[in-house]
Amino acid sequence: MTDARGPQAHEKSPAGAEPADAARPAAEEPQTGGHMRAEVRARKPSAPPGPLARLGEARHLGLVLALVLLAAVGLVTRPENFATASNLVSILSLAATIGVITVGMTFVIIGGGIDLSVGAIMALASVWATTLATQSYGPFVMIVCAVLVGTGAGLVNGFLIAYGRMVPFIATLAMLVAARGLAQRMSDRKTQLVQQGNEAIVELSTTRVLGLPLLVYVFALVVAAGWVVLNRTTFGRRTYAVGGNPEAARLAGIDVRRHTLMLYALSGLCCGIAAVLIMARTTTGSSTHGDLYELDAIAAVIIGGTLLTGGRGSIIGSILGLLIFTLITNLFILNGLNTSDQLIAKGLIIIVAVLLQRRSLESRT
Amino acid sequence: MSAEPLLLMRGIVKQFPGVRALDGVDLEVRRGEVHCLLGQNGAGKSTLIKILSGAHQPDEGTITLGGEEVRLTGPTTAIRLGISTIYQELDLVDGLSVAENVFLGHERARLGFVRQSEANRATRELLTRLGHPEIRPAAEVGRLSPAAKQVVSMARALSRDTRLIIMDEPSAALAHDEVANLFRIVRELTSQGVAVVYISHRLEEIREIGDRVTVLKDGRTAAVGLPADRTPTSQIVSLMTGRTVEYVFPPRRARPAAGPEVLRVEGLTVPGVVEDASFTVRAGEIVGLAGLVGSGRSEIIEAVYGARRSSGEVVLEGRPMGRGGTAAAVRRGMGLAPEERKAQALLLDQSVARNITLAGLGRYSRLGWLDRRRESAEARKLIETLDIRPGDPDRPIKTLSGGNQQKAVFARWLVGERRLLLLDEPTRGVDVGARAELYAVIRKLADQGIGVLLVSSEVPEVLGLADRVLVVREGRIIHQADATDLDEHRVLDMIMKGSAL
Repeated sequence: MTDARGPQAHEKSPAGAEPADAARPAAEEPQTGGHMRAEVRARKPSAPPGPLARLGEARHLGLVLALVLLAAVGLVTRPENFATASNLVSILSLAATIGVITVGMTFVIIGGGIDLSVGAIMALASVWATTLATQSYGPFVMIVCAVLVGTGAGLVNGFLIAYGRMVPFIATLAMLVAARGLAQRMSDRKTQLVQQGNEAIVELSTTRVLGLPLLVYVFALVVAAGWVVLNRTTFGRRTYAVGGNPEAARLAGIDVRRHTLMLYALSGLCCGIAAVLIMARTTTGSSTHGDLYELDAIAAVIIGGTLLTGGRGSIIGSILGLLIFTLITNLFILNGLNTSDQLIAKGLIIIVAVLLQRRSLESRT
Repeated sequence: MSAEPLLLMRGIVKQFPGVRALDGVDLEVRRGEVHCLLGQNGAGKSTLIKILSGAHQPDEGTITLGGEEVRLTGPTTAIRLGISTIYQELDLVDGLSVAENVFLGHERARLGFVRQSEANRATRELLTRLGHPEIRPAAEVGRLSPAAKQVVSMARALSRDTRLIIMDEPSAALAHDEVANLFRIVRELTSQGVAVVYISHRLEEIREIGDRVTVLKDGRTAAVGLPADRTPTSQIVSLMTGRTVEYVFPPRRARPAAGPEVLRVEGLTVPGVVEDASFTVRAGEIVGLAGLVGSGRSEIIEAVYGARRSSGEVVLEGRPMGRGGTAAAVRRGMGLAPEERKAQALLLDQSVARNITLAGLGRYSRLGWLDRRRESAEARKLIETLDIRPGDPDRPIKTLSGGNQQKAVFARWLVGERRLLLLDEPTRGVDVGARAELYAVIRKLADQGIGVLLVSSEVPEVLGLADRVLVVREGRIIHQADATDLDEHRVLDMIMKGSAL
């Protein structure tokens, strides 16, 4: 290509460089490779960074350091309680519910949106799944019900935002209010117990494998699945594109609206799964479940380095952010400090995290 | 008209990364005159007025205003010194009232409280002075017509004791009778001693309203202070076109005798922008759309691509395009390199490789699962084919030069199979060396049987690169001809005067 006067000289791509399209003769294939340049400049072979390398990136390193620091504080202040198996189990169980929601939230925020309705959707799903009518069909139907209700509410969000052109903040705010109201109506503001015969659900939190309750494995599974989808599929790749530059994504032939719809449906699905976990942990469905979970999930995503403007972020960061939050709660409880101070500490952490990220962003660009 | 110049700019130089936008420009504007600034796109007009309005700082040169040397360190400084700018895109706040817009930033206030009635009264006075007493000061600006908005912009300029008003293509958004009113206002202003720097592509306007003309070409002053009413058109056009930079265009292949028709457009209409455009593009052919910014050329391309609502028929390889939007267009083998590379094409935070593969992800995936090895191999291959530099696929694309970014956008459409490429200003912000390479790439793609529809503001580019040229003016295709049968003079003439010779 260095010789501007000789563009006619071209050769065909080597066969097999692309899957041959049966509809077109190969000769019409646009040139995508071949031997245009005689010499190939040496290039360092740089494989895409794997998950471990990603964990080692500066921003994640900071989060890991923060976690280690908090653990050290726990070990120093409560040596007898902190490092016990039961405490670790309770930290992870606590993290599991919001953690599943955080995975969905990470997708939505990377895709350029926000979902304020997650806590309310989870509450609604837990209530719907624990009505006497649903419970009469047994634990399996209860789980399916929770997941469907969550996904359905997410789809409604997605339709309003993608096709109704509502601002995500407003559409999901409306869903937050309405879903809580519906949950209150269905449950008559009463806590609904998981009935006898349906304890299979509760076993998610009581049955332990290798010392950890099953719901922690569910959490891990959702995180792993979220990571794979975000990093290894076209859906994940398009999520970054839609959030980073929706116009460029549209002009590259991506159906931005349909993608947005699916992002909110995915978030709703995660809320449904979270509803199952909270039913297992509390043995109840209630319209008060998940109050302010949206704020914790958003905070975790932000601390994890995902930009609120979209286009950038990671699942691992969000989960580290969430673990930091959960650990703080745990430390405050262990040390008998009051919850007001805990809230102040969390607020400060959000501010510090965002300030640090901005500095590292600026130093990189 | 006093001889003492109000504004004197000497030897203004402005360097941007990779391009010297201004290379020693002189400008002299007298009190009470309408001074026209002429030049092709990219000649440096916009940069010059941005320096005058304080948005950019010059690297070299002096600016003297009313006999004193000044430094325009920011828009506020410029405004304080009496320089107001009325931009093409009017910078009014739609949600505020007329009066609030007029006094935005210098509100009539006492102790922090806005004195609404006084602002309204002062606004009414200004509007009356501009000949538009019918615009209510309390009306919401968002509900006004473009012409009325322009009057509000001018009222705002006047509210600040302005000595110099810069108007950047003020007539572009106006209908014919509204232009007459604009001229009346301009004359009113100049009779009060205000100087106007008037930028327009329409020669007939310049003849009517202008006093003197300064011509810019390739970042330099080509002529200063020509009389606007009697300088011959041929002289102006040759001042604008006489080139110092030679572009290297790849040789045309002998015209494909009867390459199959790739694209047929019939009666394409985008309300208010494009009217009844009909044309074809054959396989292996480069068709150029020549026209001014705002003439509808970009809209034609976007409508063909399904990115803009339109009526009329778009037929790709014998099958009409439905309403599937851009996704269907890409599926059917179209590709678009849009006008605003950064805003419309690139994911700036992401790597070169990911930008290249964005539109072709389906080709490296099975059931949504990405085969990243194949993706990365393909990206590498394309980086090599197009010689994108630096050749590191994992480098963030924002660190590349404009030319290499554009090559990456081209590369995006070399993934998979393309029948038709739509290129909107493909060499904007690209330096001369990289231009030659892009031209060669475009020609090579055409030689491989892809149809190319090209938009450019630079007439030599269209003439040098395209096989066939469509001249677009005010939303209509006014002329079609082989590029070899046209020359720059004639095309510029048609673009500016609308006379299809």
